[in-house]
Parts: sequence; structure tokens; C-alpha cells
Amino acid sequence: MNWFIDTISTSIGKKLLMAVTGLGFCMFLLIHMIGNLTLYGGKDLFMAYVEHLHALSPLILAAEIGLVFFACVHVATGLILFLENRRARPVGYAVKKNAGGRTFGSATMPYTGFIILCFLILHLINFRFIEQTPDAIFQAVSGTLSDVSFKIIYIAAVFVVALHVRHGFWSLFQTLGANHLKYMPMIQAIGIAFALLALAGFGLIPIVIGFIA
Amino acid sequence: MSAKRINLTLKVWRQSAGEIIGSLKTYSASDISTDMSFLEMLDVVNENLIKNGEDPIAFDHDCREGICGMCGSVVNGRAHGHESNTTLCQLHMRHFSDGDTIVIEPWRAKPFKVIKDLVVDRSALDELIQAGGFISVNAGGAPDANAIPIARETAEAAFNAAACIGCGACIAACPNASAMLFVGAKVSHLSLLPQGKPEAKKRARQMVRKMKELGFGNCSNEAECEAECPKGISIREIARLNREFIKAEFS
Ligand code: HEM
Ligand code: SF4
Ligand code: FES
Repeated sequence: MNWFIDTISTSIGKKLLMAVTGLGFCMFLLIHMIGNLTLYGGKDLFMAYVEHLHALSPLILAAEIGLVFFACVHVATGLILFLENRRARPVGYAVKKNAGGRTFGSATMPYTGFIILCFLILHLINFRFIEQTPDAIFQAVSGTLSDVSFKIIYIAAVFVVALHVRHGFWSLFQTLGANHLKYMPMIQAIGIAFALLALAGFGLIPIVIGFIA
Repeated sequence: MSAKRINLTLKVWRQSAGEIIGSLKTYSASDISTDMSFLEMLDVVNENLIKNGEDPIAFDHDCREGICGMCGSVVNGRAHGHESNTTLCQLHMRHFSDGDTIVIEPWRAKPFKVIKDLVVDRSALDELIQAGGFISVNAGGAPDANAIPIARETAEAAFNAAACIGCGACIAACPNASAMLFVGAKVSHLSLLPQGKPEAKKRARQMVRKMKELGFGNCSNEAECEAECPKGISIREIARLNREFIKAEFS
């Protein structure tokens, strides 16, 4: 195991941790969004989905443990990278302009990541650490999201997630070494499409929730 | 196109020695021909400084034809200035307008200590090369050029990576002061060729570890390096370095 610790302590090793856990989050985000789409089908469909999900409880527990572990790794490694990168340039520039590589999304990764972490905690308090019956969950969702300030927080958080994914998606392929003239334009396009899909899929829920309840 | 004459205001980083605190000082550069290179413009300014008994601005340079990698400063926030695929010595004054203010700063990164003014110590790049950016050969009689077949595409790919002149602009431009483009270029160049393959694993592992030891930052795929590299080295070389590293570590 020593060699493994040694490998992931290197610069690229830490990036690989970010990429693998980030990929895990992207897959989770997709599945989570597909599940939530049932909300657009009305209360009954959503409740049926919750029931089905809970019927898989041992699997769900395993996934939750995995996600918490991934989150710890992603956040801790992200923090280390952020601090190391700040230390790498003790004296900054009086004038510094972007040359065209950097995007708003890439420049804000540590900050959007931190906002997602804060939102995640709120999100779990709202919908996870409550009574876990389909009815209670539906009440919590429709109740919380009909509050204007929660509507705004949730929509803003989805924007932030979309921004994080917009850079993170292609970036994780680059980190894993998958950058080829033939495929990178497609990976870039999928990343943008995925970010927009997540934006629409999650972001519209707080807007339409009033019509569902 | 005939040369114009322009007047400029320069704000130049002056630091008389590494341990002394520096600052931006303002100079005027008058009657500059637009046919001059950026370094020739600095020469003119320095001539005047010397005439007035002042200390001339120290800057690195050698070939002045974009091939040696000695020159380089951050000009108005851009490494080697705002023209793409151009070293500072090949940046011409016709890309500036009369009355412009130009801020000139040295490369900034923890491993690059300022020696004087715009001159920084880039020996960290040499240390990176010493960590594995070479092939070990037992020199004997020169082999026939066609003794080792190399596909043309492979040779071209290796040559693209070998175009790196080691100027350090990628590190200066990187928001994280990471040396991944420089190391990526070297690892790619050598690992693509049969002569470099026997040491490919060792090279990737050692050069990556050396980056951290020297205090360079971590890549966060901002792609600023690629946009500033005067030799147009692509971040695909970084992806190849990542592949080489993964292969080396996990096998
Ligand atoms: C829990 C809060 C989160 C924090 C604090 C966080 C932080 C970060 C940071 C700082 C980076 C940039 C690392 C670097 O390149 O130097 C990053 C990359 C990334 N994040 Fe997050 N993130 C979080 C949540 C998420 C979520 C929910 C997803 C996916 C839906 C995600 C997906 C990614 C991806 C794909 C990358 C790119 C990995 C790479 O460049 O190889 N992150 N994260
Ligand atoms: S990769 Fe480009 S910018 Fe970096 S040192 Fe080589 S030539 Fe200069
Ligand atoms: S002086 Fe040689 S590259 Fe500019």
C-alpha cells in the first residue's frame, strides 16, 4: 500500500483523485437527476420512485457510504491543491491577463466547489435527515421549495454545480490522459450539454413545484 | 509598410538584487521605431539610462530570433506579450500604439527567484531535466540513420513536443505556476521515440516528483500555458504525460 500513498501524494496523483471522484459525482448527478425527473410526472410518480428507491436500501446505503468517502477525498484533495497552488506564486503580478485558455468555470473551481459543499450540507438537512417515508419526503420537497428564499438558494446552487461541471467534465478526461484531437471536441460538447441538462433538470424543479403539489 | 515612430510609457519592475524589495518604476520610451523588436526598444531605453548615469534595466536575451528560450517577461499581463506563438524578442513594436503604457514584470513563480529586475533564475528547469529529461546512451560508433525505423507521424509528434525552448512562459502564465507543459513536452518528446522508451517509466515518475520538490504548483487544466507558449506546445502533451505517469505508477 506504501506505493499507492506515494503515487497519490504526487501532483498528478492528487489530480487523479480529483478526476476519479469527480467522475463518480458526475455519474451520481446524472442518476440523481433522472430520479428527480419523476417529480415532473406528478406526486404519485415521485412517491412511487421514492418507494422503489427505498426498497433497494442495502444498495443505497452502500452508495451513500461511497459518496461520502468520495466527497471527503474530493474536498480534502481540492483544498490541498488550492493551498499548494497559492504557495507556488508568493509574489503575484501587478497586471495579469488571461491568454484565452482560462474560462469563468475553470477560474472558479475551488470557490464553486466550496459553495457546493455548503449547499450539500443544507440539502442533506432538508431532505435526507428527515423522516424517510415517501409522503414525508414529498411534503419536505414541496414545502421547502415553495419558500421563495429556498427557491432562490436551490436554483443558484444548481447554477454553481453546472459551472463546476462545465469545466470539471472535460478536465477530468484531460487528467486521466484522454485528450486526443479526434475526441476532445466531443468530450467538451458533452460536458457543456451535461451542465445544461443538469441546469434544466434540477433548476426547473423549484419553479414548477407549485403546480405539482 | 514604412516604420512609424511612437512614444510609450513603461512601468518596469526594478529590483537591484534578489534579496532587495523591488517595485515598478516609470520610464518614457520616446521616438521608438515600430520596426524595432521589444528588446531593441528596451536597448534604446537602456542607452538613455546609461547616458544619464542610471542603472540600465537588466533582462535576459541571447539569440533574439525566437529559438534559444532566454528572453521573456510578462508584458501587460501576458507572458511574452499579447501576440500568440511569439517570444519577447520576436514581438515587434508595430503591435503597440503611440501613447501606450506598458507594464513589464519578471516571470513569477516560487522556484524562479528574481536575480535582478526582469532576470529570473530558471535553473529549476535544468533540475527538472536532470531528474529524467534525457536518454542514457553508451556512445559508440554512430548508428545508421535508418537502423531504427520510426513512423513519420511519430517523428512529427515527437518533434512538435521537442520544439520547447525552455523559456518558462508556461509557468509564468499558469495561474498555479505549474510546470506541467514544460515537463509534458519533454516526457512526450522522449517517450514517443524508441531511444526514449527504455527510461520512460523512470523519467515520468522522477520528473513529476521533482516538480513538487522544486515548489511548482499543480495543473488545474486552465490551458493558459498552451495559449502563451511561443512554440505552440499543446496541453495534449500534458495528457500524454498523465498517461505516461499512470502507466509508470500502476504497472
Ligand atoms: C463537495 C464540494 C466540492 C468541492 C469542495 C469541490 C472542489 C473541487 C476543486 C477545488 C476542483 C479543482 C481541483 C484542481 O483541478 O485543482 C474540483 C474539480 C472537479 N470537481 Fe469538484 N468539488 C465539489 C463537488 C463536486 C461535485 C458535486 C461534482 C460533480 C457533480 C464535482 C466534479 C468535479 C470534477 C469532474 C472535477 C475535475 C477533476 C479534474 O480536473 O481532473 N465536484 N472540485
Ligand atoms: S512549453 Fe512552451 S512556454 Fe513552456 S518552456 Fe517550453 S517553449 Fe516555453
Ligand atoms: S532571445 Fe532567444 S528566444 Fe528570445
